Amino acid sequence: MTEPLSFELSRPNAPSPRLPGADAAGPGSGDLLPGDQLRKREPALPRLSEPEIMRHYSKLASLNFSISEQFYPLGSCTMKYNPVANEAAASLPGFAQLHPYQDEETVQGALELMWRLEKALCAVVGVDRVTLQPAAGAHGEWTALRMIKAYQHSKGEARSEVLVPDSAHGTNPASAALSGFQVVEVKSGPDGRISLADLESKLSPRTAALMLTNPNTLGLFERQILDIAELVHAVGAMLYYDGANLNAFMGICRPGDMGFDAVHMNLHKTFTTPHGGGGPGAGPVGVKAELVPFLPRPTVERANGHLTLDFKRPQSIGRVRSFYGNFGMLVRAYTYIVAMGGDGLTQASRDAVLSANYLRKQVEDDLEMPHEGPCMHEFVASARNLHDNGVRALDIAKALLDRDFYAPTVYFPLVVPEAIMVEPTETESKPTLDRFAQAIKEIVAEARTNPQALHDEPRHLPVGRLDEVAAARRINAYLTGQSEDPILRWKGPEQSVR
Amino acid sequence: MADRRYTKTHEWVTVDGKTATVGITDFAQAQLGDVVFLELPSVGRKVAVREGFGVVESVKAASDLYAPVAGQIAAVNDKLSTRPELINADPYGEGWILKIELAGGLPSDLLDEDGYKKVTEAAAH
Amino acid sequence: MPYLVHSPEDREAMLESIGVRSMDDLLVDIPQPLRARGLELPAGLSEFETMAIVSSLASRNRVFADRLTFRGGGVYRRFIPAAVAAVTSKPEFYTAYTPYQPEASQGTLQAIYEFQTLIAELTGLDVANASLYDGATAVGEAAMMAHTHTGRNEVVVHGYLHPEYTEVLRTFADARGIKVRKGGEANAKTAAVILQQPDFLGLLVDARGITESAHQAGALVIACVDPISLAILAPPGEYGADIAVGEGQQLGLAPSYGGPHVGFIACRRELVRRLPGRLVGSAHDAAGRRGFVLALSAREQHIRREKASSNICTNHSLCALAASVYMTYMGPIGMRQVAEVSFKRAHALAGRLAALPGWGLAFPERQFLYEFPVRVPNPRAVIKKLGRKGILGGLDVSRWFRELKGVVTFTCTEVNDVAALDELMAALES
Repeated sequence: MTEPLSFELSRPNAPSPRLPGADAAGPGSGDLLPGDQLRKREPALPRLSEPEIMRHYSKLASLNFSISEQFYPLGSCTMKYNPVANEAAASLPGFAQLHPYQDEETVQGALELMWRLEKALCAVVGVDRVTLQPAAGAHGEWTALRMIKAYQHSKGEARSEVLVPDSAHGTNPASAALSGFQVVEVKSGPDGRISLADLESKLSPRTAALMLTNPNTLGLFERQILDIAELVHAVGAMLYYDGANLNAFMGICRPGDMGFDAVHMNLHKTFTTPHGGGGPGAGPVGVKAELVPFLPRPTVERANGHLTLDFKRPQSIGRVRSFYGNFGMLVRAYTYIVAMGGDGLTQASRDAVLSANYLRKQVEDDLEMPHEGPCMHEFVASARNLHDNGVRALDIAKALLDRDFYAPTVYFPLVVPEAIMVEPTETESKPTLDRFAQAIKEIVAEARTNPQALHDEPRHLPVGRLDEVAAARRINAYLTGQSEDPILRWKGPEQSVR
Repeated sequence: MADRRYTKTHEWVTVDGKTATVGITDFAQAQLGDVVFLELPSVGRKVAVREGFGVVESVKAASDLYAPVAGQIAAVNDKLSTRPELINADPYGEGWILKIELAGGLPSDLLDEDGYKKVTEAAAH
Repeated sequence: MPYLVHSPEDREAMLESIGVRSMDDLLVDIPQPLRARGLELPAGLSEFETMAIVSSLASRNRVFADRLTFRGGGVYRRFIPAAVAAVTSKPEFYTAYTPYQPEASQGTLQAIYEFQTLIAELTGLDVANASLYDGATAVGEAAMMAHTHTGRNEVVVHGYLHPEYTEVLRTFADARGIKVRKGGEANAKTAAVILQQPDFLGLLVDARGITESAHQAGALVIACVDPISLAILAPPGEYGADIAVGEGQQLGLAPSYGGPHVGFIACRRELVRRLPGRLVGSAHDAAGRRGFVLALSAREQHIRREKASSNICTNHSLCALAASVYMTYMGPIGMRQVAEVSFKRAHALAGRLAALPGWGLAFPERQFLYEFPVRVPNPRAVIKKLGRKGILGGLDVSRWFRELKGVVTFTCTEVNDVAALDELMAALES
């Protein structure tokens, strides 16, 4: 069952809401503003009563998978449980109703929370300071690269290159290019780990930084990380940590101790702030002492129990967004950290690693495992063994959807063909992991005996496979003026798009 | 030169007198998947060998196009703006992308059929 | 420990199944010198104790009543219908992942498609994206679009753009070697002119005139607009702007000390391929059912990698959902009413404030909607006095603009009832 659009449900003359001040006296905009400042065409917003609206959104909600209902073994996404206590904390009026331009004296609690969160994150990853301003992971990544660039510039160095592993997520090279760097790819060796030989050949005085995630996108710990750090620092470059996989080793080891100079984190992965269907998240960045002067302004400072916002930071790279960060997400992450404590976070990572290895073991005979174990918090399998049956990773993903599991990440990392990247996280019970393994076994068996059935999946969801190619072609027809149907928005009969 | 030559970046070229016709190979279109859009240059623009002249896009990928020869763009296949799928259906025929008026000779490092085959074998997993 | 699910027996069974004796066998790849001895943080707590700590931090903040808030500057108190929180707190929405698997994400995708349509309608432009982080980064992204589209290296900021938006614009621009010029006319080097309507002081600008003159120089126009104002004012599409951006906080989002809020961006058809971030489009399955998918992904960073024009990997989906609910709840009549009531109240307040001895409108010849600048003798003392009476008074803008010493902007929306205005006046007159 699909649900019509609000625009399609709209009825002329459906009741409008009753709003405060409807009886306000005095001249209105039509009386005081010149005609050419006023809108000529009313926006064609839908007209629906409140009961119809609530029903519409409830129907939409029922069309979604979510952590609240399904297991999401998405590699490098850390789809762990979103504690409801975090939601209660963030909606406390003492947080939700604060205006960002309130005097510092009236928001000491908020500033204290930010300060404490910063200190906690410093302890987790082993850095000197953390900026909480970036609104998302990629935003934080870009912020880190800007700080590195500013630092090197301040030393009179103009380094033009950033090294990125061939197994890296696309944001790494994109952020590097947008920070004004040339991207140079470093090869992985046969075990999926960075090739030290290739790294050495590509490091030079032009290198600004090496961007790494550890464990890497194959779920394998870079054993030679101390050597890597030494090589990078020897040419005067910096080591940047992509925090996508931080859930693998909280309390076990710290990126700061490995030699990373800038450490990026995702509050919406490791620290349970909810994904929201695609945001909002938060991407704090931790830095070692050399980079501290370049942190975005303002920072939160604490002296004698009193908190202030420090805007006087002459070497700061500036602001990366308005105000202070996604404060509501900072509240959630802080609440989680307080509840878990150092012991809880450590156990969380240990359980994440344990669960991933357990699940890997359960399916190692069904899918191809391109690399030897043990893995850390995630593993990558390949559907290449089903190639001759005409079955691909995508088919397995869709078949899992049909069995009420969200599919793992497929086709990433690019270095493994028909990749299936699985990250169970520490908040899935053993029975759930067993059910998932059983589903994989059934799907693989079906691939061998009746592959066509897999191509038709998902069958039990509100829609089957959507023709994205046709949609893309129709969009391009609109963009090149060959059609008037935008595809990217609803358009009603009496509307003109401009 | 009647037969096709190829580049390492998966373009093909045939030459008739001073006009070169350029497209992408069957291997390339299979890798890309269904083509949905092309960003192409205007007629009259000059290109150097290996210069990026456009982008071919599918739902899951976007690949840059590099000129196999140097010269001036004499024609662009207009059909591709309404039927980009021609590149998938007939990459060497109706799916041709550009015609270039040659400036000078052909680069010496263009691959022949066997040379290109080696490239695709190495690339395929 | 909260939120962990394995019993010691589970852990034993899993280790045995894997075929190792202990966790150390699984952590064997981590070099010994790196192994930490636990984490230097206090031990975990019960939910009860956790909430006590968090609540105590919340109670150390001063919350001003909606009706007694007269400060704006980009974040405003509005009536937020209960429907908004009722929808965004549905776990099917807030615990859902990014909609990469469309068949499993039709709820999110359709809600975003509706958001895109609502924003396109409000701004009068062709296509809007699935949202951005905030108004400030939306301005930055739009400037980058203009640079990529025109090949020109300069953007001009017209008049009083929100100072934090200008700061963020500079951070974006510096990274790409683009120059930001404040004021003056567009010329052959200008990629775009950026205007804000109403501006940071709440005043209306001549959007039409600015647009015409920018276009004459071959520059694009980026209009940074207030979404509520678009119920009354001519939208960017009507005066020919190329790109519209703005902050959507007023569309159902709490102030929340500055975030998370939601940025929006919309543009003319010709510029759509340059839009950063996500786009949702409609598509059909084999049975002819209509659904929604992420579209034009090949523009995005995870595919273009170093050739992407933006690295934005996310939108603020849940915030965009809140905004959709708000705009749908209000409908065209409600949106207009919210804007008109705010307009009337603000004009009434402006009259009363201007009548105070030593006070006056800072730019009396200019029009405004519901935020306006006033010359105040001794702003610091005045705002402090109001604070003592539980009133969050206006915003002293001299903090950012030295030439505006003594100027304070006041905001009035539908939540400031007449009695609240009386209280404000009484406090000022005392």
